[in-house]
Parts: sequence; structure tokens; C-alpha cells
Amino acid sequence: MPKKFMALIGPFLGLLLVVALFGALEPSFLSTRNLMTVAIQTVIVGLGAIGMTFVIVSGGIDLSIGSVIALSSVVTALCAHAGLSPITSVAAGVAAGGLCGAVNGWLVTRLSIVPFIVTLGMMGIARGVAKWLSAEQTVTPSPEASDALAAFATKTATSPGIWITILLAVAMALVLKRTVFGTYTYALGSNEDTARLCGVPVERTKVWIYTLCGLFGGLGGVMTFARLSVGDPTTAIGKELDVIAAVVIGGASLAGGKGSILGSMVGALLMAALANGCNLTGVPNFVQEILIGSIIVAAVAVDRIRSRRR
Amino acid sequence: MKGGPDSCVLLTMSGVEKRFGGVVALGGVDLEVRAGEVHALLGENGAGKSTLMKVLSGAHALDAGECTLDGVPYAPSGPVDALKCGVAMIYQELNLAPELSVGQNVLLGREPRGKLGWIQANEARARVTKALAALGAEEIRPDTMVSSLGPGQRQLVEIARALVEDARLIVLDEPTSSLSAEDTQRLFEVVRRLTREGVAVIYISHFIEEVQEIGDRFTVLRDGETVGTGEVAETSLDDIVALMAGRNLDEFFPEVPHEAGEVLLELVGFAGEGLPKDASLSLRRGEILGVAGLVGAGRTELLRALFTLEPVRSGEVRIGGRPTPARTPRERLNQGVGLLSEDRKGEGLALELDLATNTTLSNMTPFAPGGWIRTGAQAAAVQKWIDRLGIRCTGPEQRTGDLSGGNQQKAALARLLHHDVDVLLLDEPTRGVDVGAKVEVYRVIGELAAAGKAILMVSSYLPELFGVCDRLCVMHRGVLGQARPVEEWTEEEVMSEATRGAKEGAA
Repeated sequence: MPKKFMALIGPFLGLLLVVALFGALEPSFLSTRNLMTVAIQTVIVGLGAIGMTFVIVSGGIDLSIGSVIALSSVVTALCAHAGLSPITSVAAGVAAGGLCGAVNGWLVTRLSIVPFIVTLGMMGIARGVAKWLSAEQTVTPSPEASDALAAFATKTATSPGIWITILLAVAMALVLKRTVFGTYTYALGSNEDTARLCGVPVERTKVWIYTLCGLFGGLGGVMTFARLSVGDPTTAIGKELDVIAAVVIGGASLAGGKGSILGSMVGALLMAALANGCNLTGVPNFVQEILIGSIIVAAVAVDRIRSRRR
Repeated sequence: MKGGPDSCVLLTMSGVEKRFGGVVALGGVDLEVRAGEVHALLGENGAGKSTLMKVLSGAHALDAGECTLDGVPYAPSGPVDALKCGVAMIYQELNLAPELSVGQNVLLGREPRGKLGWIQANEARARVTKALAALGAEEIRPDTMVSSLGPGQRQLVEIARALVEDARLIVLDEPTSSLSAEDTQRLFEVVRRLTREGVAVIYISHFIEEVQEIGDRFTVLRDGETVGTGEVAETSLDDIVALMAGRNLDEFFPEVPHEAGEVLLELVGFAGEGLPKDASLSLRRGEILGVAGLVGAGRTELLRALFTLEPVRSGEVRIGGRPTPARTPRERLNQGVGLLSEDRKGEGLALELDLATNTTLSNMTPFAPGGWIRTGAQAAAVQKWIDRLGIRCTGPEQRTGDLSGGNQQKAALARLLHHDVDVLLLDEPTRGVDVGAKVEVYRVIGELAAAGKAILMVSSYLPELFGVCDRLCVMHRGVLGQARPVEEWTEEEVMSEATRGAKEGAA
């Protein structure tokens, strides 16, 4: 247990450092209102990072999640525009994401193509389908329809978006650590041959893992729609890299077998806090990008040094 | 070659010691190799040969003792440095890039460069051709892809790589283990050619017959110490074997009484896509059946095909008298058949994960109702196996990769015990395991048989097969011979059938 705890110290310290730094530079950074803003800005990357953690722990990667978020936001908006109930619209958005994930998983296992290529393909396909469905325009449902969903993204302590993310993070952390499915996920990433030898249903488990990641991407798309009140096929471009960065900063290894939901959430928060703090203090955008890039490399370097010493 | 006061001695190692944590891998090794000789290094698995070679190649620094090359202290910082000093290693698993040409492989890392850094193609070609000619291997063309060469030719390419660097000492680690008889003879010719040029060869092998054919002098290691050295021509095979074993075999193989019951597993004309070609056997409850044979004969493939990890072409598998096909390892496990992989690190265990996960991965249902793991019950189940097998660890939560080889192997065995399979397919169950843990593994195997399990065991270590098994059969080029009680075999008969096949042919 102490070793697992140690693995999380790095990301936590990084987060504290960022919060303390911006708190000192700009006291309004620590205002409740701003902290809620940071939280709501974390939601989309955070949701994606939950799904991505499963994929990365299993030794895979999902590059399509940014496009899946856009597709899901468009699907949700189209459903709302067509006058379907908010619940149905949300379900359709999440299902669209799940479908993309299932196709990813199916291609990875049935055609034995490496996940990088399969999801790179899906990145283009989902983005294209989103543009196709929306006729390459933003989809704007009636105000009543979008207001019902916009409530998800309110910047208050009772914002459903924040609470849904926290609840799902806790639930999925338990799934990853305490269920047979979670153990299989770690086993796949640690040594796929061992998993096969032990009778782990390798293919089926992988399909579920990618489907899960797609579902969370879909939920991220719903949240995107809630924030923007439009379905935008060009939203979340490059978001997959933010999501992967959050998971990696949180201590996961791209080689698989390592990572935790809590770590990924801290990673997502750290990135959101950094972006928000830079905006508040008027630090130019390019400095922000350099900082995030450096943190990703530093996080992995620290991890390497720690594992070498063992 | 540099001359010196005793110019014929090339390498000396004296009092060499190497410890890993508390484990003594080398506890005082003396070795002297002369220029132009073939020096055989003999010893059982785990005797310390590999560690010694890693010291020689600079992969490990030594804890005590000294090493000289040409009378000068020799302490290479790594394989590249060793090669600069003229010491080249040729490992069992060849280190070639298959998608590069022969020439590119031979010169990899030391390509002749012109002023602008371009590779000088003519010069490169000349060097490679010269090295191959020195081996009498002119038929290998420098621009051939390595992937299109057979194992014997690949080995020659590796040796050519050593020659390009003017190696004066070449270490061959089990060089013939994957070679055909013709390729082996070819290799011997190359070795003789090299020694005529004054190159010294350290020849590591299990096959004493080979050593008698090619070796000039020998050194025997046992439990990390030099226990004997001498001229091959003046020493009998029995004396060498005695030096290697060096212990009373009765103590080494604990006697656990067990009795054969009804037939549990039967194979009829079982064949894989490549290997095995034809295997028939029947295995009873409470019986240990050993499979001997050369590396590459298809023994591992037999177990893997049986466990569905390799494609099956034809034949029938019967369990408990009924034909029992399977498509996945999961189905085999559900039928009560488990495999212990020969490749513990690459396949047998997920080294990054804890002991509890590794031990229970194949069967989590007892403590995971509805997929939800009760970690307390899981840890208790694992602790039971830790106690029963004497696995030295800090507890079920310890990272498996941090355990010693012997304890890792016990963890892999614990998984089969936890799954409570009836048929155990054990592939090299004591490979890379220290002597103490070996005895415990033998004891566990005996106890399993006593508990009515059926055990099919593949091993390349003959004394172990003779010490543990009830019946033995030999696989030769994919064909499994007739099993006979172990008392009816001699080591010579097993070796003869392994190298030449059964005289009557497989029944």
C-alpha cells in the first residue's frame, strides 16, 4: 500500500504546487467561484480520462476520443433539435460514443491491428461522421431543449456535471481495483501472454475496455453540448492528447499495467488549474503550452527514475 | 597477438565472486583459458555459467576476485567495451536484426565512414566478405537479408561480427541447442578454423558428447564454484558427469510415494501445424510422465498445442476417456488442465503485478461473487499457498518481479494448485531456479502425484527426469517415442533416442 501511495505523491504535489503558485500570484484564483470554474473545466477531460485510464492500463491507446466527443455532442444536439426528451438525447450521445469504442475494440481484437492505428482511423471516421450528420454546421436546438441540458454545466457547487464526474470516478476506481474485470485489465497491460495462459478472455475484455472508453467519450460529448448549447462537429480537436496527458501525469504507463483513476483525475485537475491560472494571471497561451508540455515529460521522468531505483 | 611472459595464457579468472542480494551466484570461480584452445565450460543449469559469462562480458561487475586478459587487469564496463578488448559473446538467443542484411548486421555500430559520415560501401563489403571467408562461409552473401537465413547460418553471421572486431576470445553459449546435426558439424569446422588462427573459444554446453568432440580442456562449475578442470582427452565421461552432479541424487530428489490410478489424459496421433508431428501417450492419475528430447524437438510445442496456445492439425485429446477438444486456454482450464510455461518472465507471470493477482488470475470466482473481489478472502487463499510452498516474500501484495527465480516459479506453480487442475503440463519446471528451490519443486511435484494429479513434465535436464518421473518418453524431431518405466532407461539410451530417434520407430 505505501508504494501505491508513493506513486500518487508526485501528481498531488504538482497539483498543490500549481494551486499554491497561482493562489499567491492572483488571490482570486482561490475564490469559490473560480475553483468551481476549474472544476467544470476539468469535467470533459476528466470523464475522458476515466475511460482512457482503462485503455492505457490494459496496454492500449485511444486516439479517437476527441472526435468521439465531437460526434456525441452533435448526436445529442440533433436529438434535442428533433424534439426528443433530454434523457433520450443524452442516451443517444453516450451510445454513439459507446458504438465508436465497440468498433475500436472489435477492430483491435478481430483484425489484430495495433490500437494506435485503429483509433487513429476512428479519429478521422468519427470526426467525419460528426460533420456529415451536422452538414458541417453547428447544430443549435431550440433554447428550451438546450437549457434542460445546460443545467449540467452550471458553475455552482451543485453542478450535476461535477458530481456525476466525481461519482463515476469513484465507481470506476472501484471497478478497476476491486473487480475481476479491473484485474483482467491490469493483467492484460502487464503481460498479455500471461493473461491468455490464465484463461483471461483477452478479446472480450479488450472489446469491453474500448467500449467503456467510448462511453465516457460519449458522456464527455454530452457535457460539451451542455456547456456550449450547440452541437459542434469541430469541437474538441486535439482533446485526445489532453486526456492522454492527464492519464500519464497521473502515473499510468503507456506500456500498460500501471495507472489509477485517482491519479488520472489529479492529472486532469492539474491541467485545468494550470490553464485557468495562466488565463487569470494573463500569462500568454504559449507559456501555458510550454508548461503543460514540460509537466508531461517531467511526470514521466520522475516515474522512470523512481522505478529504476527499485 | 601480444606476447607476454606466459603468452599462451589468454584469460585468467581467479577467486571470482558475485552476489545478488543474499544469493551467492558465484562463490569462487577459477578459470584459465589459453590462446588457440577450445575450453569447455560445463555445469548444470544454475551452476553459475551464465553469471560468469555476464561478468566476462561486463554486464555484471564482480564483487571479489580478479580477471586478467593477456596479463593485464580486465574489467570491461559493458559488452561494447569487452568487444574492444577482444572478447565476444555469442548467445543462445542470437542478437541479429532480421530485417537488415548480413553485411549491415556484421558491421552494425562500426560501419566504416567517409568524411561526411556516409557509409563507405566498398570498404564495408570488403570487410564483411573477408570475415565470412575466414569462417569458410563464402556462400553467405553480404547483401542477403538475415531473415532468410537458417539458424546455423545466422550463428555464423554472429561469429563474423566478432571477427570483424578482431576478437581473440569468443564465447559460445549453448551454440548447438537449435542446430541440426549438419549445422553442428559445420560449426565445429568453423571453431577449429578459428583456433588454428590463435583465437580462444569458451564453449558452454550441456552435451558432454559434443565437448568430447570439440573441446581441448574443460572446467566444471557447480553451485557457483570451480570444482574441476583438466584435459578433455584424459578424462572419462563418467568423471565429468560426477563432477557436474556432485551430490547424492537420492537426497536431491525427495521420495514421495505415489501410485498410478485410472487413465486421465490420452493423446492419439496428436499433431500441431508445425510441431509436434505425431504424439500419442496415455497418462494416469498419480503418475509423472517425463518427456525428454533435444531443444527444438517439439516438446514445448506439444504442451502448448495441448493447451490450445498453438494450432492443432490433427489427432485426438481424451480426458477421462472422452474426446475433449478445446479452443482456448480458458476451456482447457475448465477441463482441469493447466500449463506451467517454460518462459516464466515472458509468459508465465505478470511480473509488475502482485503475488495475489498472479496466483489467482486464472480462477477468481471463489472470492469474487458477481465479479466483485473480496480482497481479504483472496489474500487468505494466497497466504495458504505461500505457506504450503514456502514462497519467500513479504506477503500476497508483494510485486512478483521482486521475488527470486525459485520463488517466482513456486508462485507460477501455486496458480495451478489454486486452480486445482487435474492434469499439470510442466514445461521446464526448474529452469533458472536455484538448487534449494529445485528440491522443493520436486517435492511439490511428488505430492501432487500422491494427491492423484496427472503430471506431464518436459525437461532438458536428464537427472531430473530420472529422479522425478515414473515413466519416460523421448521426442525426436516432432515424433514422440514409446513411454517406458524409468527403470528401463539409461541416460545413454535417452540421449541416443533424442539425437537419432527410436530404433523401432514410434509405436
